[in-house]
Amino acid sequence: MVAPLLSVRNVHKRFGGTYASRDVSLDLFPGEVLALAGDNGAGKSTLIKMISGVHQPDKGEISYAGMPISGKTPQEVRDLGIETIYQDLALADNLDVGINIFLGREKMRRALGLLPVLDRKLMRVEAEKALEHLGIVINDLSLPVRNLSGGQRQAIAISRAVYWQAKVLIMDEPTAALGVPEQREVKDLIMRLKKQGVGIIFISHNLTDIFDVSDRIVVLERGRKAGERMISDTDEEEVVRLMMGQEVSRK
Amino acid sequence: MSTPTASANRNVRLLRTLTGAWSWLFLLVILIIFEVWAWAVYGRSFIGNIRNVQSILLASTQILMMALGLTFVIISAGIDLSIGFIAGLSAVTMAVVIRALPEANPYLSFSLGITAGILVGIIPGLINGLMIARLNVPSFIGTLGMFGVTRGAAFLVAGGATVSIRNSVAREFGNGRVIFEAVPIPVLVAAVITLIFHYVLSSTKFGLYTYAMGGNFQAAVRAGVNTTRLTLSLYIISAFTAAMAGLFYTGRFSAGAADAGEPILLYAVAAVFIGGASLTGGSGTVVGTVIGSLIIAVIQFGLVFINMPPYIQFIAVGLVIIIAVLIDQSKDRLAGVLSEEKDTR
Repeated sequence: MVAPLLSVRNVHKRFGGTYASRDVSLDLFPGEVLALAGDNGAGKSTLIKMISGVHQPDKGEISYAGMPISGKTPQEVRDLGIETIYQDLALADNLDVGINIFLGREKMRRALGLLPVLDRKLMRVEAEKALEHLGIVINDLSLPVRNLSGGQRQAIAISRAVYWQAKVLIMDEPTAALGVPEQREVKDLIMRLKKQGVGIIFISHNLTDIFDVSDRIVVLERGRKAGERMISDTDEEEVVRLMMGQEVSRK
Repeated sequence: MSTPTASANRNVRLLRTLTGAWSWLFLLVILIIFEVWAWAVYGRSFIGNIRNVQSILLASTQILMMALGLTFVIISAGIDLSIGFIAGLSAVTMAVVIRALPEANPYLSFSLGITAGILVGIIPGLINGLMIARLNVPSFIGTLGMFGVTRGAAFLVAGGATVSIRNSVAREFGNGRVIFEAVPIPVLVAAVITLIFHYVLSSTKFGLYTYAMGGNFQAAVRAGVNTTRLTLSLYIISAFTAAMAGLFYTGRFSAGAADAGEPILLYAVAAVFIGGASLTGGSGTVVGTVIGSLIIAVIQFGLVFINMPPYIQFIAVGLVIIIAVLIDQSKDRLAGVLSEEKDTR
């Protein structure tokens, strides 16, 4: 059996009097899409924030490739290869595609052999390669990303993560703000990433999307893990019942 | 599917080029207007006269020095209203220090004067930065408060009056000419500082992070940018160039005045916006700010040149600011229309 890429063991997190996470465990394997479902306040955000290093679990253990990562900062977690793509995308709208992919890890060159300057051209060429690698075509990479469509912007955020060798991608509602054709593009992209061996945690309110792309689903309800199913073994009705906290008899 | 997208992209690009170049065109147009007027009414050239060019450059230097640091702040989506009286504070500090020292060694007293002027001028910038970066005070309010503080401080240091000095080096610093007696020293110094700032903003990580922070603060944070330190640096830079403007003033008039920079504050803000910056941050360039400063200086000087009442210049500069904002807004609207076209492919 393949070892899990990411493994969450019995984590607890309390904010004041409420449990945001109660004894949650899950595993993510390479090339797998794991859906994380649950109503608002079920603890999805808290869980991914603990994985990405924004919050530290009160109890329990999170490990990546067999190594514990609790206690690491968000930057350290990202450097290990766990990238989170948030809804707001964290793109700088006023800057071009190349710069956005390299922001924080810019390529420099020396002008006239001495003065260090940003190598915008190299970054643009590298960005084009990264996008091509994922089958994404953007005509003009010198345009500020604000001129691009929502789907293209999402693709840029994902390419950035992949370019920097992300092995685990956490996608928070990646299709929420998109039109139907663009949702399809993003879902195609997820399937391609999966083939490249990236493990993906996919958070969505949209059960259709979840059933389209995921292999497995973990349902959270008021901080607890209400259930875990293979997508092939379940249906939307059962997932909804789990999300509502209703007892479900195992088929 | 790719053809309409490509043509829409081309349109967006063309539009960006045009709206980006409007300030150049505008500068050209007003120069032509004054040139035609000069020949028609006086029978001589406006821009072909070295004295006129020197006066315009000197006037634009005053504006540009205050606008340079402000450009960085505005790109980061902030504003610095305190620069006017930071200039005044530095001007009077320099004058007071030079006055207090013996006249026998003008080089020493000049050096100590400008050092003191810059150091004292940077303090309010440091406080601005700390307030905005650490205490999350909105820059408009924080620097408005500092506007009052530096105003009071400048008048206190000056003892409520203009502080005149007698220092040959300072006079040379403000009025001297170099390179075949053609280039005023303040213009040369400003040109060097401008080149450095252009390099920093357009080609270094520092400049890039300034744009990133103004475009999307969270994006900058997530990219690992130390936004606290960056913000702090930006307000110090802004205070530094304002302080330089104050030093030029004291050199030029052999006197420090607490309100030396006050009338220039609005012109500096205008120059940055005419140069293509936007109030929401994320855009603007050093070259644009240079053009903006030149436009205002040409209007100021040109209106005097054609014997208009001096108050007309306030109206003219005011109108140019409004035009700049209208162009900035239509730029966004037009780009929006074009990218909608693109989305319905």
